[in-house]
Amino acid sequence: MIEKGTYEAIVAHARKDHPDEACGVVIGPEGSDRAERFVPMLNAAMSPTYYQFDDEDWKRLYNEMWDRDEEAVVIYHSHTATEAYPSRTDIDRAQEPNAHYVLVSTRGGAHSQTYDGPVEFRSYRIIGGVVTEEEVRVVGSYEETEGED
Amino acid sequence: MAIELRVPTILRTYTGGAKAVNGDGATLAEFIDNVNGTHAGLKERIVEGEPEELRRFVNVYVNDEDVRFTGGLKTEVKDGDIVVVLPAVAGG
Repeated sequence: MIEKGTYEAIVAHARKDHPDEACGVVIGPEGSDRAERFVPMLNAAMSPTYYQFDDEDWKRLYNEMWDRDEEAVVIYHSHTATEAYPSRTDIDRAQEPNAHYVLVSTRGGAHSQTYDGPVEFRSYRIIGGVVTEEEVRVVGSYEETEGED
Repeated sequence: MAIELRVPTILRTYTGGAKAVNGDGATLAEFIDNVNGTHAGLKERIVEGEPEELRRFVNVYVNDEDVRFTGGLKTEVKDGDIVVVLPAVAGG
């Protein structure tokens, strides 16, 4: 479950960085599973086929999350020429068992330098090399869903 | 006093869920051996190879300094230091 504003911010980031891969996190209180704070990250690889959070930026953010008892609820990145499914590298490198790994594909623009068209937006758990897709539900806000199962 | 290890989520299975554990040592290598003595299995997720080196895609910081620039496993540590193990976030 993800809020509409966050969903749109992730898609906008993927479109903006196309044809390079975009990446970032959405942070929330530890154990809450609420993706509340959207933080786009610099792709230190600046590559159309690879992403890596900038080490210094990631460390700074990690310190901040530690002090605030937060965690990365969502880790997102884009694929700019292939489907929104974790690549072998994505699976090998996944080291956050609590995170929802969101993949956005802008492959509709695989042959252009900009892209404003439709995207695929999918989410997975990646734990110990095992990929499990999960349904993405976009809601206006978490508050409006309170009381639901 | 002791040296604090901040444990990333993925390694908390080795610490009974604890976010941080304490240990001792004069160097990072000694400290990792020491905490591995009380939390077996941690070490092999942080270092690899012979001679031992820090694993790729795992960054280690002593008081916010990336140890790759301060002598790696030979980095000196002391009481009150904070050692952070932070998995890199990367993929294709």
